[in-house]
Amino acid sequence: MVSVILLAPLVGALICGFFWRLIGERTGQIISTGLLFLAAVLSWYVFLTFNGTTQHIELMRWVESGTLSTDWAIRLDRLTAIMLIVVTTVSALVHLYSFGYMAHDENWGHDEPYRARFFAYLSFFTFAMLALVTSDNLIQMFFGWEGVGVASYLLIGFYYRKPSAAAAAIKAFVVNRVGDFGFALGIFGLFYLTDSIKFDDVFAAAPTIGGETLHFLWGNWNAANVLGVLLFIGACGKSAQLFLHTWLPDAMEGPTPVSALIHAATMVTAGVFLVCRMSPLYEFAPDAKMFIVVIGASTAFFAATVGLVQNDIKRVIAYSTCSQLGYMFAAAGSGVYGVAMFHLLTHAFFKAMLFLGAGSVITAMHHEQDMRNYGGLRKKVPLTFWAMMIGTLAITGVGIPFSGEAFGVPIGFAGFLSKDAIIESTYAGGSIYGFTLLVVAAAFTSFYSWRLMFLTFYGEARGDHHAHDHAKESPLVMTIPLVVLAVGAVFAGMAWYNDFFGNVETMSHFFSLKEGAAPGAGAIYYGEANKVLETAHQSPAWVSLSPFVAMLLGFGVAYQFYIRKPYLPALWAENQAPLYRFLLNKWYFDELYEVIFVRAAKALGRLLWKRGDGDIIDGTLNGVAMGIVPFFTRLAGRAQSGYIFTYAFAMVLGIAVLITWMTIAGGTH
Amino acid sequence: MNNLLSIVTFIPAVAAVILALFLRGNDPAAQRNAKWLALFATSLSFLVSLLVLKGFDPANVGFQFVEDRPWVLGLHYKMGVDGISILFVMLTTFLMPITIASCWNVTDRVKDYMIAFLLLETLMLGVFTALDLVLFYLFFEAGLIPMFLIIGIWGGVNRIYASFKFFLYTFLGSVLMLVAMVAMYKAAGTTDIPTLMTFKFSHDPIVVLGMNVTGGLQTLLFLAFFASFAVKMPMWPVHTWLPDAHVQAPTAGSVVLAAILLKMGGYGFLRFSMPMFPVAAHLWTPLVFWMSAIAIVYTSLVALVQQDMKKLVAYSSVAHMGYVTMGIFAMNPQGVDGAIFQMLSHGFVSGAMFLCVGVIYDRMHTREIDAYGGLINRMPAYALVFMFFTMANVGLPGTSGFVGEFLTLMGTFQADTWVAAVATSGVILSAAYGLWLYRRVVFGALVKESLKTITDMTRRERAIFAPLIVMSLLLGVYPKVVTDIIDPSVGALITQFRADVPVEAQAPSTTAQASN
Repeated sequence: MVSVILLAPLVGALICGFFWRLIGERTGQIISTGLLFLAAVLSWYVFLTFNGTTQHIELMRWVESGTLSTDWAIRLDRLTAIMLIVVTTVSALVHLYSFGYMAHDENWGHDEPYRARFFAYLSFFTFAMLALVTSDNLIQMFFGWEGVGVASYLLIGFYYRKPSAAAAAIKAFVVNRVGDFGFALGIFGLFYLTDSIKFDDVFAAAPTIGGETLHFLWGNWNAANVLGVLLFIGACGKSAQLFLHTWLPDAMEGPTPVSALIHAATMVTAGVFLVCRMSPLYEFAPDAKMFIVVIGASTAFFAATVGLVQNDIKRVIAYSTCSQLGYMFAAAGSGVYGVAMFHLLTHAFFKAMLFLGAGSVITAMHHEQDMRNYGGLRKKVPLTFWAMMIGTLAITGVGIPFSGEAFGVPIGFAGFLSKDAIIESTYAGGSIYGFTLLVVAAAFTSFYSWRLMFLTFYGEARGDHHAHDHAKESPLVMTIPLVVLAVGAVFAGMAWYNDFFGNVETMSHFFSLKEGAAPGAGAIYYGEANKVLETAHQSPAWVSLSPFVAMLLGFGVAYQFYIRKPYLPALWAENQAPLYRFLLNKWYFDELYEVIFVRAAKALGRLLWKRGDGDIIDGTLNGVAMGIVPFFTRLAGRAQSGYIFTYAFAMVLGIAVLITWMTIAGGTH
Repeated sequence: MNNLLSIVTFIPAVAAVILALFLRGNDPAAQRNAKWLALFATSLSFLVSLLVLKGFDPANVGFQFVEDRPWVLGLHYKMGVDGISILFVMLTTFLMPITIASCWNVTDRVKDYMIAFLLLETLMLGVFTALDLVLFYLFFEAGLIPMFLIIGIWGGVNRIYASFKFFLYTFLGSVLMLVAMVAMYKAAGTTDIPTLMTFKFSHDPIVVLGMNVTGGLQTLLFLAFFASFAVKMPMWPVHTWLPDAHVQAPTAGSVVLAAILLKMGGYGFLRFSMPMFPVAAHLWTPLVFWMSAIAIVYTSLVALVQQDMKKLVAYSSVAHMGYVTMGIFAMNPQGVDGAIFQMLSHGFVSGAMFLCVGVIYDRMHTREIDAYGGLINRMPAYALVFMFFTMANVGLPGTSGFVGEFLTLMGTFQADTWVAAVATSGVILSAAYGLWLYRRVVFGALVKESLKTITDMTRRERAIFAPLIVMSLLLGVYPKVVTDIIDPSVGALITQFRADVPVEAQAPSTTAQASN
């Protein structure tokens, strides 16, 4: 059945991509969407009936060389099952939504077909993503990993006539490749040490790796730590963590459904999935884990600060995604992989919804994305407003503190349960740095989320009157997905709280963990010494309450700034001009990278070309040949091409003479 | 049928002779006949080579389909294939019909053009099948001539300069190789390649011109062969002939040059350097590693700033060949399998890349990247094909480009993590130059007046690309079609290599791997 889930989107992509001329664009769209819904239904069936035993399904042999043996194979365990429902559900809804969103597009002429291509890319992406999450070995995972990268490249560059879109597409792919560089080295290292790239073998060898030394580059390192860091570099690229995050905001050049599917709910979470998948290795790599917490928390903080001041509605949500991914990594690095997966799941619902909601607003406003030109849209697009409201309540973490004991699960929106679980876990994991930054980031999250809501839906209508006058609610195909995701954003947290975090026993059952079991026996692995989960449950009250307070604080300031005293933001921007510009320009990462990487690479390339190849190598060669080349050039330049046959004949003759000499000389010896 | 290999090899030559003797005139009809005959001969050669492949037994690591006849001057005409060479034969026979079909629109001296390509095919096949030193040398050197002519007669404006640069570079290397062959004959008393492969050349230190030479005779022989193969590869820093040759060569010439001729160097390493001079090869491994790693980064950076499409693809070829040499000298199964795989894959992918350039060159007669932009608007099919091969060139998993790159890097990592890390950074750079080229040529709005009437690929052009796409996908999704054939022979090569290299001379990491 999992094979069907995996291959259905591929079939959809092929039919829609190659045969739409035959069957018509609309039929192609319907087929690919239908297949996606099929995959989604099957995924839910698999998820709900999954019995906890890891299954391996071999499809075909793949790369084999010496002792290396790789299959196209499916690994079905709890992690896979979770990712299956996340990927297929969001993807199916996004397919449906795209019927409405892509129905009319001013980037294309009337007779230009673009919809089938869009749907084919979406389905292809889903296939690659499923290949990634169902993989049974690291190389197939790498296939999915790069496959989603290509799909992302194609979709970001979907409006290929816009130079900015084409540039953003390349940036996304190349920055991801920087991450893949680390990922690939990690795979090589694992193969070197374990002679296999199958998860089962690697997991079984994890305790040994933890005690081994690997000579890598200039030093000898603990093998688990260095491999953990290398794999995490890969995760950083895909999940847009600090230093490799620059591509994600630019990726918003793609159509909004793409942002919802790829750059919020699924692809960018692949890095988190990778770390959770490799939990048996990370449990023996304490330094790598610490590194992950630091990077994760720093990203959460950094992205949140940038999100505070952005004006493009999609960019705000993009930075928000970046920040939330940082939360997930902080959880994974703290050693509570289940919590990271929990936030991944809930985030998929509410973030996809925020993006789709933003898309609905953008459609209503005739592709205006600057929030400064919104305002007062609550009445114009009521359904979208409510959906965005639920999404905001979920992401900012609204809920009733300490309600867990009374009701069995805490009562609150999805983000409330998962984000608080992360913050408690980070505290329990012992990283004060991580804890502090995450709480501050929670306040910022609340501020920028409410800022978005207030600027968009409240206050006076700003900007182009015409757009405001014609703003109307999106069609049903666009609002139904919003409603479905809203249900998830409200209930996903409460429904699965105990399975992922709340109750150790339920969680152990959910992830098939057994006391003292070998690494790799369950879907994730908690080392013997890893008691973070238990400690997190006994966090002091102030720790549990801190994100809630942060959330209220953020809301209060945003309310003050954008509802009660709307002149304040401008005032502050003026008073704190340097800080404001610093944030508005995203800490100047792009400018910095442009100078030290892009321009440097081109300058170096030019230098190597002109000086290296031209002057040094060819210069030397010409010197050695003592002008033979120019001489021949002059000679032959004047000659008719017939002369070349003469030279050729001379060559043959020369060779013949040499060989004759050789045989005679050799023979007499 | 124990002379199948000779049949495969000489069908094109026979066709060339027929053309030379019987075809008269240069009218369209004669031109058409020349093309059809060439296409027929190359296709026939391919079909017969399929029989060879069918009868080939991968489990047998020795030479198969061996023909051994006395020849002139007491020399032997000896041919045969093993798991390492058979796929190069297949690559050649597979690509030649495609190459011929790609020059269907040539009108300048068509008969001679076809003769050149047909002779070239025979000579290239001879290189991969010859089992006698002299025979190999004949094919190896004579192969230069048709290529030299193809560039020199049908090439671009600076074709004379390019063809002489090409000729000088490769010929200088060859002279050294010839001397080494004489020395080998004196030492071993035979020119039989299978015998030489098991012959133990002395590696006792000797003194030459007052210099102490570690590895003795083996080192000298190794370096002499190295000079020739490194140029053919081409390895950094003797690569500068390649971009010039490519830029001046006609499209079909570039395809053969990149797809097949470059593979002679890699094949030479595997057939001569590694089995015959293992001790020396081992001694010089660090040098080769670093030359390869530098090649990958250096040429990728240079590719980034090219303004001429063909030059860009040519530099990218040098980078890809860097993976090959690196993998071969890693001398472990992943490295060598990966190197052979990379060569085959590069045959399809770089050949296709040059064809992609050729498609628009045929229409606009310029290779300047700046002259293009927004082609996707008028050439959607072309955009798709170009995208596919750009991604294959970038080494996307699922295409053949990935398997070779990944395996060679994996093999190298076991030998030297520094080299592996430097070389792996090539995957970032290749994405950068590949996608940037694509963006400048294909993406964007179509604003240039000259491009407004450009037409999409014709049916003939699509038919040329189709088999290449199929092969890149097949090799990427199911690489076992290749690895099943090469793995046993490669295993035998490595086993022998490890036995020949004294244990104390082996790097610690290699020993660790062997004991794993």
